[in-house]
Amino acid sequence: MEIQEQTRIALAELFPAITTVDAPPVVEGGSQDEAPPRAPGVLVTDFAGCGSHLDVLCRPDQVVDVARIMDGQGFFLEAVSGVDWIDRHQLEVIYDYNRLGGDHCRVMVRTCLPRTEPVVPTISGVFPAADWHERETFDFYGIQFQGHPNPIRILLPEDADFHPLLKDFMP
Amino acid sequence: METSIWRALLYLVGIMAFAGLNAAYLGWCERKGAARVQRRIGPCEAGWAGLAQPLCDGLKLLSKQLVVPNGVDGIIFRVAPVLAMIPAITSMVVIPFSANIEARAMELSVLLIFALASLSMIAVLLGGWASGNKYAIISSARAVSQNLAYEIPMLVTVITVVMISGSMNLREIALDQQGGFWHWNIFRLENGHFLTMWVSFIIFFICSVAETNRAPFDMAEAESELVAGFMTEYGSMGFGLFMMGEYLNIVVGACLTATLFFGGWDCPFGLTPGVWWFLIKIYILIFTFIWIRWTYPRTQIYRLLNLSWKILIPFSLANLLITAALIKVF
Amino acid sequence: MTVPIQLRHDETFVLNLGPQHPATHGVLRVKLTMDGEYIVKAEPVLGYVHRMHEKMAEGGTFVQFMPNTARMDYLHALAYNHGYALVVEKAAGIEVPERAEYIRVITVELNRIASHLLWWAAFLLDLGGFTPLLYAFDDREKIIDLLERITGSRLTYSYMRFGGVCNDIDDEFITGTRDFIKRLRGRLPRLYHDLVTHNIILIKRIKDIGFITAEQCRRYGATGPVARGSGINYDIRKNEPYSVYPEFDFDVPVFEECDSMARYMVRLQEIEQSMRIIEQALDKLPDGPIMGKAPKMLKPEAGYYYSAVETARGSLGHRLVCDGGKNPYKLKLRSPTFSNLSLYGEVAEGMLLADALAFMGSLDLVIPEIDR
Repeated sequence: MEIQEQTRIALAELFPAITTVDAPPVVEGGSQDEAPPRAPGVLVTDFAGCGSHLDVLCRPDQVVDVARIMDGQGFFLEAVSGVDWIDRHQLEVIYDYNRLGGDHCRVMVRTCLPRTEPVVPTISGVFPAADWHERETFDFYGIQFQGHPNPIRILLPEDADFHPLLKDFMP
Repeated sequence: METSIWRALLYLVGIMAFAGLNAAYLGWCERKGAARVQRRIGPCEAGWAGLAQPLCDGLKLLSKQLVVPNGVDGIIFRVAPVLAMIPAITSMVVIPFSANIEARAMELSVLLIFALASLSMIAVLLGGWASGNKYAIISSARAVSQNLAYEIPMLVTVITVVMISGSMNLREIALDQQGGFWHWNIFRLENGHFLTMWVSFIIFFICSVAETNRAPFDMAEAESELVAGFMTEYGSMGFGLFMMGEYLNIVVGACLTATLFFGGWDCPFGLTPGVWWFLIKIYILIFTFIWIRWTYPRTQIYRLLNLSWKILIPFSLANLLITAALIKVF
Repeated sequence: MTVPIQLRHDETFVLNLGPQHPATHGVLRVKLTMDGEYIVKAEPVLGYVHRMHEKMAEGGTFVQFMPNTARMDYLHALAYNHGYALVVEKAAGIEVPERAEYIRVITVELNRIASHLLWWAAFLLDLGGFTPLLYAFDDREKIIDLLERITGSRLTYSYMRFGGVCNDIDDEFITGTRDFIKRLRGRLPRLYHDLVTHNIILIKRIKDIGFITAEQCRRYGATGPVARGSGINYDIRKNEPYSVYPEFDFDVPVFEECDSMARYMVRLQEIEQSMRIIEQALDKLPDGPIMGKAPKMLKPEAGYYYSAVETARGSLGHRLVCDGGKNPYKLKLRSPTFSNLSLYGEVAEGMLLADALAFMGSLDLVIPEIDR
């Protein structure tokens, strides 16, 4: 599909060392002695099998550049979610991009952060939608989004001192 | 007319009874009317066809504690609901129910009724301000600007009727229209007044709906925007008095319309006049008020004010000029 | 009407709309900084109905989360069921038989009609028209009765399972649905359009109110009737078809005006299109089983899965992260109203209070869906 190819090429410029990872989707999770961790890059995935056309793994500091490229290609930010990989001591932020009309393409952008110091720049300058989504991710996981215009909790009470979706959260 | 003490007492009791019954049972009429418009039944449990419902509601309201919130102005908060009822009941003193039934015939009865109407506007303002609640203040401000805007075309159209009848005495205005519907002001065939009278009637009717804060002009108590508007902080009988005041204002508005435009107690076919015809006319008008309320959504405050200042006032002034010209010419 | 006058930012006061308020549909608080009747700043404050569904998903097995899906957007609960079932079926590779797919589509579309009817009723209630509520609920009652026959619930349905649906539909349901469609088709022109849509007061109240440009929709991620009222032709049932939607012939109403009237018309026309889909589905309904083969204890392969369905409010996404265990490792629910509401702050600036409420009504908010 044209837009998928176009986006893949645009994103691949961010990863000059490895343009495309052609291996089948490498599963992550579970114990560490399974498949080796994936290198950053753009992967073309099976849409019917997993629901996204492209799977991008990037470094935390590349998140804003990726967002700018997606904005330039006409995508919209559908969701920002976090995942707590407690076994790997990592917190992962997943950005879901989609297109409104026309050619269809869904892109999943993932970035991994160290669990003890989860800091990632905010993309709310590019997509105002990220404002609330990032507040929610901070609320549930404690991930700090640098440069966020309004970094307060959104769903939990403002004075709560816990992050409930962390795997080691004890109520 | 003899001015004996018995007559005064009789009228006092009569008017209080009429006002009380209307205030209570207009609520029943409204609920039944609303229900039928909405394809349901309405109150039907309390008493036969729900007729005991207003009594039950009244008892319930009386038995509740009048909660006075902390930041209110004590005296004004308690006085405002009473002030809302007073003008309506007092206006009934000068309304001619029939040729012989009128508590006090005054030369300037029209003026009295409108003066008292302004008093009820003050009651709304005081009620909202004394509540110390932002919603209430916004709603009072809206109510006052709306009432002010709609009093003007109302008064101008009343002037046209007064000019035609030559008197401000409601009794004489009604007497002028006796003898069958072709004599009524709204169909006035002599001197070509029928051209302007129906315009007067429409403007007057719209202004009555707006003056009594009924939908589609119920900004002041716009339920879904301002909770209950200026009545938010009132519970039990305070709220009850405001509601009763509103219904009595509707009754007074209907009585005025019937007297000014529809011949008062006159029979439409020229047969025996009587108080029954008057009552029939006012209840048809009240039914129209209820019908309109449940059919239309609410307008916006600026459109409401635009309607008055930019449309009704110019039309009513033009109407006045044409009426004056017709009187002069013919 | 956006304001051409200068807002005085020094003489403002803060008005709290909600959390208890007749017009905020659910428990939403909007902090309004107002200058007289004009809004200087609008800030929705969320979280009053927050129940942490995502943690509940992680705490139980896949099938234990199915009832939760209905509690989020209770007005279009079957679409939430559907979205969740789709993502888990994608993860576990479960096939759904054709009859089950058709039943899913019929029930989801009936639920969509019920949701739009309730939106219409509540919207008009906000604007001060009390009667349409009763008319709409009359029709909604028929739908709810039909759905109660086969699902057992009136509002929060847990009807779908991984691999199909849990109950079959019978002939009485089919005739009942056909009668209902005939009845609603008769009522729509008179009671809905003549009395309300063409009512001059309503038109003046919602036309040219609340302009949302297509670019704003894209930047804030607004989907569904909000986007379609701004000229964006995006409906997941057509752009990213799932289930058996490709088999049906229906239109996607798109209006270019970008105001509340456009969103209103989009939803009313969607009711008609849903009726078309239901009729075609009933005609083509095949025989067969209603449940596919699904293991008793689901342990999908580890990976990242996403499913998107079109609810009455927009595009609902489920982002599922599996690690090979019997619980979802992470389930993210992307609710459409969350994104739709995020543009409220920008668009409501400079509006009058009454207009801001009409605009909020036209966004079709269901707060439990925002708060999850």
